[in-house]
Amino acid sequence: MLERFYRSLYRIRRVEEEVARVYPSDVIKSPVHLSIGQESTAVGVCEAICEQDVLFTSYRCHAPYLAKGGDLPGMIAELYGKAAGAAGGKGGSMHLVDVAKGVMGASAVVGTPLPNAVGYALGAKIQKKDVAVACFFGDGATDEGVFHESLNFAALKRAPVLFICENNGFAIHTHQKFRQAVPDIAGHAEAHGITTRRLSDNVTEIYDAVREAREALEKNPDAGPFFFECSIYRWKEHVGPSEDYQLGYRHLEDAQPWLDNDQVRVVGEKLAVATREAIEQEVEAEIQAAFAFAASAEFPAPAELYTHVFGEQSHA
Amino acid sequence: MPEEATYVEAIRSATELEMAQDPRVVLFGLDVDDPKCIQGTTAGLLDRFGSERVFGTPLAEEAMTGAAVGMALSGLRPIHVHIRIDFVLLAMNQLINVAAKTRYMHGGKLHVPMVVRAMIGKSWGQGAQHSQGLYPLFMHIPGLKVCAPSTPYDAMACLLTAIRDDDPVIIVEHRLLYYQTGPLPEDTDNLPAPSARVTRPGNDVTLVGISHQQEECLRAAAYLEEKGISAEVIDPIWLTPLDLDTIETSVRKTGALCVVDNTWTTCGAGSEIIAGVLERIQGDVPVRVKRLGYAPVTCPPTPGLEELFYPNGRTIARDVCDLVHGGNVGWTPEERANLREITFKGPF
Repeated sequence: MLERFYRSLYRIRRVEEEVARVYPSDVIKSPVHLSIGQESTAVGVCEAICEQDVLFTSYRCHAPYLAKGGDLPGMIAELYGKAAGAAGGKGGSMHLVDVAKGVMGASAVVGTPLPNAVGYALGAKIQKKDVAVACFFGDGATDEGVFHESLNFAALKRAPVLFICENNGFAIHTHQKFRQAVPDIAGHAEAHGITTRRLSDNVTEIYDAVREAREALEKNPDAGPFFFECSIYRWKEHVGPSEDYQLGYRHLEDAQPWLDNDQVRVVGEKLAVATREAIEQEVEAEIQAAFAFAASAEFPAPAELYTHVFGEQSHA
Repeated sequence: MPEEATYVEAIRSATELEMAQDPRVVLFGLDVDDPKCIQGTTAGLLDRFGSERVFGTPLAEEAMTGAAVGMALSGLRPIHVHIRIDFVLLAMNQLINVAAKTRYMHGGKLHVPMVVRAMIGKSWGQGAQHSQGLYPLFMHIPGLKVCAPSTPYDAMACLLTAIRDDDPVIIVEHRLLYYQTGPLPEDTDNLPAPSARVTRPGNDVTLVGISHQQEECLRAAAYLEEKGISAEVIDPIWLTPLDLDTIETSVRKTGALCVVDNTWTTCGAGSEIIAGVLERIQGDVPVRVKRLGYAPVTCPPTPGLEELFYPNGRTIARDVCDLVHGGNVGWTPEERANLREITFKGPF
């Protein structure tokens, strides 16, 4: 399992570092919200759920997309605005999609995917499918009214949703304590009658907790929903490739415990050197190929402006 | 199926028909399963299809609309009902940011086959927040389809077409149209593509009425006969996609176009239709135009002021007579008993 964790953690970290590296060259035509430092939630969750399960995510979607198996060349081509991108260049970094892998799109409006996830889960349950939905969102989303509406409805219908709150403490630059009178997000979920776990950023801890929930859903479709509040830290700025400690809303010393506990390094150190290096070499080659693919791919043809407003079967 | 049915029965029948032949269709919304069954439009469906496919919801319009999107993505065909269109304003984020854009912003990899039924209220003190039209808001957004059927026939055809469509469709109903009776489509498997209909042929002026104002336009056309004016009345039925061809053809013949909106005129469907027709005609023939709709104020509940707030058959006839003659004729028809508005008696 540790090898699988490391491959996924390292791959996400290195893809995003490469995104950050090339960003100043302006080949990426899209605002990027990097998950660097937050990879362990995506990896722990996506390793624990099943192939047929699906994701709904916020705009900070690179890590869940990759952890669930989303196509890497398609992602980079999408960031480059190319026709071969995951959404044909019409989504950008904030709307990654890979239906075959269960990545059901992403939204740039905070909190918005929560009811979509609940609806999908309820729909799957009505159709008697063994499908669970993992919904990724940040602490900012829990300020929104739709957060409570969605939790209530999911609990009411016992929808098979795994709510994954990646609590990095900040909605852009504003700390949770300045936004919430009771800064206890898991407590809010408990108040809706939802089975809830408070977790650290430890990838094994996240995996074990989510795996237990997923097995419970497999045995009993009415076991859900489940709620996981994962305490994590965003190393980079809210949007963009850089650090932002100079802004003064947070400080490097706040980040230090998280940097010291870097899950990519910690998990990597548990592997034999040769095993680790083999994984890293494979991932580096994959990343190099994906960026080369994106760079050489074509931009969409002008006619693509007008496609996909409605479907061909629609009466338009 | 009865030869004549009410608008309520048309909606109920369309829902029942499609739920029976397509197990993907689910129906939900505040009060769809209560004893009043949305004025009867959902009556009997809970008993026939069960609470998994027919269910009431919490008062949570944004989440329920978002859930409809999710259900659609999971392979279902949800119908979400709002007993007043005013309540849809609580769901605009999900409709505009998500439902309308999901297909485009994911490059066609996802799509959202969902139906929103929403009712406009009128009379007996509906007042500020139970009377709005609002459909132009949805016409503005690429990715949403909008229709406003005014007859039982079109209500059934629109709802069936909407459920079978692969994209989000908003059906704008009107409380007073629920009293309409008429035939229903005979061949529900082969419905015509969305288009406008000439509901009364004429030669002197083109009168386009939307939703309940279609009924008022037909009354106005009857009044206009007194002045020897032959009005051609058109019901667009679908606002997106909008059938401008039918309206343009009529206007080229009549040389005058009046659109009566079931909402305010500013940025309304009338503005869009008139601009679209004039863009096409570009002065080929002279055309007089007029927009009518709600008075540019909030709807008052008190009867005397409410009467002044809405266009009706007589005021439309007056304004169209002036339009045709190019000035103030000073004529308003006397009310005729057979052209009187049905007055709704409460309580709801």
